[in-house]
Amino acid sequence: MKIHEYQAKALFAQYGIPVPRGRVASTPAEAREIAAEIGDKVVIKAQVYAGGRGKAGGIKLVNNPKEAERAASQLIGTRMVTHQTGAEGVPVSKVLVEEASSVARELYLSILVDGTSHLPVMMASEAGGMEIEEMAQSTPEKIFKSYIDPAIGFQPFQGRKLAYGINLDGGQIGEAARLMTNLYRLFVDKDCSLAEINPLVVTADGKLLALDAKLSFDDNALYRHKDIQQLQDKEQEEPLEIQAHDWGINNYVKMEGDIGCMVNGAGLAMAVNDLIQHCGGRAANFLDIGTLNNTERVVNSFRMFVADHRIKAVLVNIFGGMARVDVIAKGIVEAYQQMNITFPVVIRLAGTNLGEGQRILAESGISFVQAKDFYDGARKVVAAAKGAVK
Amino acid sequence: MSILVDDSTRLLVQGITGSEGSFHTQRCIEYGTKVVAGVTPGKGGSKHLGVPVFNTIEKAMAETGANASLMFVPPAFAADGILEAIDAGMPLIICITEGIPVLDMVKVHHYLKGKPTRLIGPNCPGVMSPGKCKAGIMVGEIHLPGNVGVVSRSGTLTYDVVSQLTSLGIGQSTCVGIGGDALPGSTFVDILKLFQADKDTKAVVLIGEIGGTMEQEAAEFISHEMTKPVVAFVAGSTAPPGKRMGHAGAIITGSAGKASEKMRALSRAGVSIAPTPAEIGLTAKKVLERV
Repeated sequence: MKIHEYQAKALFAQYGIPVPRGRVASTPAEAREIAAEIGDKVVIKAQVYAGGRGKAGGIKLVNNPKEAERAASQLIGTRMVTHQTGAEGVPVSKVLVEEASSVARELYLSILVDGTSHLPVMMASEAGGMEIEEMAQSTPEKIFKSYIDPAIGFQPFQGRKLAYGINLDGGQIGEAARLMTNLYRLFVDKDCSLAEINPLVVTADGKLLALDAKLSFDDNALYRHKDIQQLQDKEQEEPLEIQAHDWGINNYVKMEGDIGCMVNGAGLAMAVNDLIQHCGGRAANFLDIGTLNNTERVVNSFRMFVADHRIKAVLVNIFGGMARVDVIAKGIVEAYQQMNITFPVVIRLAGTNLGEGQRILAESGISFVQAKDFYDGARKVVAAAKGAVK
Repeated sequence: MSILVDDSTRLLVQGITGSEGSFHTQRCIEYGTKVVAGVTPGKGGSKHLGVPVFNTIEKAMAETGANASLMFVPPAFAADGILEAIDAGMPLIICITEGIPVLDMVKVHHYLKGKPTRLIGPNCPGVMSPGKCKAGIMVGEIHLPGNVGVVSRSGTLTYDVVSQLTSLGIGQSTCVGIGGDALPGSTFVDILKLFQADKDTKAVVLIGEIGGTMEQEAAEFISHEMTKPVVAFVAGSTAPPGKRMGHAGAIITGSAGKASEKMRALSRAGVSIAPTPAEIGLTAKKVLERV
């Protein structure tokens, strides 16, 4: 789960990580008030989940409260398109109004869990402002890493090593080590999946300051962080994905095509989408129905397909293991009874209770295209989406 | 032969009295797996599905000689359950549970270092040696005893692949689901090492997916240390970057996480890449004909 920059900075402040003075505004008038309080040049920053907002015009430096109001009015209520969003962009409903900082150096700092060592790793670099991916490719030698022993936590010596690595000096060394220790404490306390300060700046007077703040959280750990759960801004998420979630379909991702897919299991669902593309079509979604054996989730998957006006055909591909094919079949029949399904549906069933599932579908009298295997299903649904089957 | 589980496996089920634990324990018993003990704290001394239930793993192992554990403990308590099994000296832990917090698994991995326990999963379908032992939630009937090892990050995609193999008459030595999490207990390399050493495994089918670098590490191992042929498929060519595709570990965060990069690395290591997920069985058949 992601949160906004202003929320991440509030958490930073709680953990003693220095952030610029500022507050979030929901209206241009509020932005003006905050700018007046700060009483100097301020930066107006659009609050969106997507990165790349600087290049997209989402960060504006202004000289006075009046300009702050105008800049905020140009952002609030618009949609921001960056390289990380789709063409439709994400809505801007809030801006962060912050004192402008005089920047001497831009650094990079982050923590994540490394999949190879199974340890949290603190990464620091002098190339702040760049994306870590870019850095890792162009100048990997400039990224300093420190793996953290979970039993003893982040230690001051690790902070010093990293701080010297990125050429801090004097009082900045101790300051940086404390900042890193605090960031690690936050990372662990809140079950973060990423804590990133990019850039971490050295100001003109030599102080460290988190100019940006990015936190994302482990979805599997949210159950023990009710405070974090409440921070989610659903407006920033894809509406179809929020809808799916509200209907109990947790593993739904919107894609760009016109073929609806309902599959059990994440790997199989990805493979189905790959196969559809191989056959010349494009999936409208990734949908792993999971293993809960109730018909409601099947019915709700069809509700998603009906709600999604791009859908031209649907492929159901179920390999029953934990999930029972007869329950899936019942769900499909219920879906046909409850809604007007106008698109062709291709069904491939295999696995647990297959015979019973086939009988339920056959006796229901619903019209569908049967597929004998995985490949057959993909070919038939692509043909159906192109209008070959009615 | 086979790896990890066989007819000498004496299985203990953690969380045997829960609904999933009960359902799948029954299926394992029906398949012929020797389920010798269950553990549910507070229910020790009772019997469930004819299996004696204990309060602690230590006691269950002492009294029944259990040598592998299959876990159905809910995510909030699962890491603790794994730690208990490691502490008791359980040689093999197979954790089915999906949704364990990553930082809990960091602790588990830390505790696991230097211990003789092997962990498979979490968030996996388990381990199956056809005709000998089913220690997991996979469908028993689609398997056929034979000489191809299967290792996969996926559950149902593996069922499809196994049924492709079986319908072509290609049996399996062992099928190992290493799970869809970002920090699996065992990696592709760990399992490939076992298949390489297993004299009855003649070839291996590897099913990867987007996210992480496990497939690249497998490619490295295959090119240097593996003499047996490997067939592979990596799911998620069409997955958009930055989106979690169901599995906690299936998210493209950098170019290394892409399916195309992984398939390129495997192909360079001499692995035969199946052109589509529907042709993994056929690709394995062609490779076996050359052996």
